Amino acid sequence: MGKGFFCEIMSKELLNKQDIERILSRIAHEIIEKNKGPEKLGLVGIQRGGVHLAHRLAARIDTIEHVSVPVGSLDISLYRDDISLRKKHPIVRKTDIPFDISEKVIILVDDVLFTGRSIRAALDALMDFGRPAQIQLAVLIDRGHRELPIRADYVGKNIPTARNENIEVQLEEESVEEKVVLISGE
Amino acid sequence: MPKDLVSIKDISKEETEAIIDTSLSFKDVLRRDIKKVPALRGKTVVNLFFEPSTRTKTSFELAEKRLSLDVINFAVSSSSVVKGESLLDTVRTIESYGIDYLVIRHASSGVPHFIARQTRASVVNAGDGINEHPTQAFLDAVTMKEKKGGIKGLEVAIVGDILHSRVARSNVDCLTKLGAHVRLVGPPTLMPLNPPEGVKVYYDMNEGIKGVDVVMMLRIQLERQGKSFFPSTKEFFKYWGLSAERLLLADKDALVMHPGPMNRGIEIASDVADCPQSVILEQVTNGIAVRMAVIYMLQG
Repeated sequence: MGKGFFCEIMSKELLNKQDIERILSRIAHEIIEKNKGPEKLGLVGIQRGGVHLAHRLAARIDTIEHVSVPVGSLDISLYRDDISLRKKHPIVRKTDIPFDISEKVIILVDDVLFTGRSIRAALDALMDFGRPAQIQLAVLIDRGHRELPIRADYVGKNIPTARNENIEVQLEEESVEEKVVLISGE
Repeated sequence: MPKDLVSIKDISKEETEAIIDTSLSFKDVLRRDIKKVPALRGKTVVNLFFEPSTRTKTSFELAEKRLSLDVINFAVSSSSVVKGESLLDTVRTIESYGIDYLVIRHASSGVPHFIARQTRASVVNAGDGINEHPTQAFLDAVTMKEKKGGIKGLEVAIVGDILHSRVARSNVDCLTKLGAHVRLVGPPTLMPLNPPEGVKVYYDMNEGIKGVDVVMMLRIQLERQGKSFFPSTKEFFKYWGLSAERLLLADKDALVMHPGPMNRGIEIASDVADCPQSVILEQVTNGIAVRMAVIYMLQG
């Protein structure tokens, strides 16, 4: 990789496919329990990882309760707070929320919770679509380092990290081997 | 993406495809109840139109407002330009306001290129003389992609006043880059002396639109024509106008396009302009999405 001895890239597998599936099953149960059933729910995944996770949670809720919960996808690039700091603007992906979010309990789904800035952007974006009764947050990984007063209602796994480390969530929907890895070093 | 969009020739095939895809994402924004996103909040754009324009200016202004830009319209007829200020001084004055984007239309070819070199702001060419109209080419490409699924391999006939058309010039470059086969159809008097490479020229309309997937009619630009290029508008319609009967020569699912404003009965028959194959109003809607995408993607 052309990297010197002192800045070697280390990557460590934290979760495998089976771990991820068990976590999602647990979160699906927690969501149903906390909301006393899935009737008022709507799932909204943040592009891209969150969208796959939202669909999987919906499938699990369907298996448990035999209710199909609507799923939407949300792209937050137009709501970010760092647009003027970047040279290159982020690619705008699809936002598709095929149901009315007003009066619903929206479960916002993301793969990694870090500074909280993406969630702030997602909340603003969601508000432009209607007025949900409540918004709850589900994440696969919480790696700490919050810069805003935001917390998740459902956490797959808390992973303490250093700021210069990186968490990579690889999901099989993107045609890769499913796992969560911690990458450290430059 | 570069700092400016002055010529479609500066935009690579990959960048063109990215602009088209991003435009389709912005089209979704325009379908929402709240059609405004905070993407460029706190930035400022000046629309500098030295040439009369209603639709392009409205389209740009709407696109800018949907991106949360602060919009200033610099009305040239009431500005210092009529008091004798030079173009460069006008631009320097506007730049001193602290702006981020400058959208320019001018009757002389090359003005946006000149200004882009003089300013730190991102410059968007909204039409310069008979030279280029890049955002029109992108919106036409978006419309074709949306309706036909793709652009590669499409047979596209551009018909009418090719010589005076910046729309034709930009479209030829954009479409050939994306792999479409372009035909230029019109009377010899309205055809450029050296047609661009890779396009086929037809002087017979029936021949020119035979089997095509897209018929793009151009407006007869009477205001740009110093002398007569054809005997009468009636005769023009007879030989080069798109009538319902003539449209049957194209593919049965061919799209009918027109950049507007239309001269009904001169280049296009009224019933054809309103027929189910016509996507003319779709082009207008796509124009807003494309202008949002272009402004958003330019590098500040």
